[in-house]
Amino acid sequence: MDKANNWDQYPDQNGRFGDFGGRYVAETLMPLILDLEAEYRAAKQDPAFTAQMADLWEHYVGRPSPLYFAERLTEHYGKAKIYFKRDELNHTGAHKINNCLGQVLLAMRMGKTRIIAETGAGQHGVATATVCARFGLKCLVFMGATDVERQKPNVFRMKLLGAEIIPVSSGTGTLKDAMNEALRDWVTNVDDTFYCIGTAAGPHPYPELVRDFQSIIGKEARAQILEREGRLPDAVMACIGGGSNAIGLFHPFLEDETVRLIGVEASGHGVETDKHAAALNGGEPGILHGNKTYLLQDKAGQILDAHSISAGLDYPGIGPEHAFLRDTGRAEYLTCKDDEALEAFQLCTRLEGIIPALEPSHALARLPDALETIDPAGILIMNLCGRGDKDVFSVAEHLGVEM
Amino acid sequence: MPTSRITARFAKAKSQARAALISYLMVGDPDLETSYQAMCALRDNGADIIELGAPFTDPMADGVSIQRAGQRSLKSGTTLNHVFALAQRFREQDRDTPLILMGYANPVHSLGYEAFAKHAAEAGIDGTIIVDLPPEEDQPLRAAYAAHDLSVIRLATPTTSETRMKTVSDGASGFLYFVAVTGVTGAGSADPQAIKPNVDMARRVSGLPICVGFGVRNGEQAAAMASIADGVVVGSAFVDHAAKAADSGQYGTVPTGMGELAKELSGAIKAVNRG
Repeated sequence: MDKANNWDQYPDQNGRFGDFGGRYVAETLMPLILDLEAEYRAAKQDPAFTAQMADLWEHYVGRPSPLYFAERLTEHYGKAKIYFKRDELNHTGAHKINNCLGQVLLAMRMGKTRIIAETGAGQHGVATATVCARFGLKCLVFMGATDVERQKPNVFRMKLLGAEIIPVSSGTGTLKDAMNEALRDWVTNVDDTFYCIGTAAGPHPYPELVRDFQSIIGKEARAQILEREGRLPDAVMACIGGGSNAIGLFHPFLEDETVRLIGVEASGHGVETDKHAAALNGGEPGILHGNKTYLLQDKAGQILDAHSISAGLDYPGIGPEHAFLRDTGRAEYLTCKDDEALEAFQLCTRLEGIIPALEPSHALARLPDALETIDPAGILIMNLCGRGDKDVFSVAEHLGVEM
Repeated sequence: MPTSRITARFAKAKSQARAALISYLMVGDPDLETSYQAMCALRDNGADIIELGAPFTDPMADGVSIQRAGQRSLKSGTTLNHVFALAQRFREQDRDTPLILMGYANPVHSLGYEAFAKHAAEAGIDGTIIVDLPPEEDQPLRAAYAAHDLSVIRLATPTTSETRMKTVSDGASGFLYFVAVTGVTGAGSADPQAIKPNVDMARRVSGLPICVGFGVRNGEQAAAMASIADGVVVGSAFVDHAAKAADSGQYGTVPTGMGELAKELSGAIKAVNRG
């Protein structure tokens, strides 16, 4: 493959990141994604759109999120300095709202009045419902029936925010089925509906626009570390489900060749078992939900169910740009098992007084491994992409504690 | 010559001043032997073209009926190789009825486009509808088909503009599958007169026979569509017979039920003179 020394050229005009990405949708959806792409190009050029985003990010979401020196974790490992990008301090408790705001503003530009979204753990659903409440838009959230049962507090939050929850019982009743059902709704309601996708996957232009909206994470982190330390970090690190928080952190550092990019996938019970969610480390390239990427699939090309202790990482695919960054070698992707994430969750809570979500706990668990390969006088930034309040009940259950 | 099997069938229907009936079944729902018997029953009762559904875990363009059919088929272990074997078995005793494989991209990609094309052609399949391979993404498939004379059959909808229709037509052959309502399979029916201008435009731009599907369930609806289209596609209504049999365990009722429906539909379509 060519040395991709100009990372900004991706995706190309066909929505490709090298061989990955694309627009693998039924013809019924084609006019919709072509319209969305045209509108996004126009919005990017419109100073009013950019200004409105910036204003909402500052006053509604609470950006910029702090870059925090995790002093006690750094002492604990005794190696390079560890910084947290504190996206868990955002309104609604995770990075998801960065993207929801952008997409909902786009929807309003397009005159759409009905917003649909898929959600697994409920974080993207809550963020979408929040932004829809803020702008008075109708919001429908598709959620696997299994997840509706597992995530009752978030289901209630979404209802409080005025969203309608559609439990999806087709397939296995989890995130991928919720996404199938949202796509079906979209082709059925083409005139008034906007599909707000929660991760950097799906047909072009979604991986690009979600990345662009989430890139605020990396842009801020880059400026903050330069101001604080006067130099770039040696590595940046994030957990990966579909990969939106990771691509948001990585992208502004792509051209900085000295900065290593480290993603951590959820390997559930182990990547060698049939219960994991590590598409890059345990999957093969294939086509699902509108894009070509690495997928968990069987020999006949049927999609396998993912498993992770963290519902937010419980997806059998991965954003196409990560597939590309892996194959080009620009980013490296590690794995973390359920029990390792649980331990890291507790360690961070005790040492830093920050209860992380189970998703970033996967990245936390790989910190010692990443630090092994970094100059002890160096710097590592990890995105703490969500707070753990939502996970307290399930962590208690896993630890055998009755509440 | 596969493409000519499709062309010949539309020519035959045209010479009889009628539209063609295209019937769909999900292969392996509930089992392969039933699928074979159903194909024969469909053919014997007036189906002009048979679409063989290949199951996929995540059929994002399908409604509940065909989703469940796919799940039953996967449960019985159906793969693309079974679809090829079924087509071949049918082809050994029927040299004329066109067979169209309908499915999703990932199983095809997993097998490899070249191998898929070779197996499909050898099995006597005449064309394919790969739902999530729009013109922008089906170049590898077209390249693989060139050596085998297989038809790439594409989809169009009432929201397909004339400009877009040119893109959809470029590289398409056999016929064009016109989705009558924007939505998923098994959705509500469309008003034939409302979509007639779109169907006429599709025919003019593509130069292909236009087959209308989605929401056609009975003779009356089929006759109404037959007045504006060159072919009428019926899927979910056939698949419902397999659903009932799967519930009752009486698989023998599937070919009978599908055959009776084909008879009703083809009779209604033939009564509409398109001369």
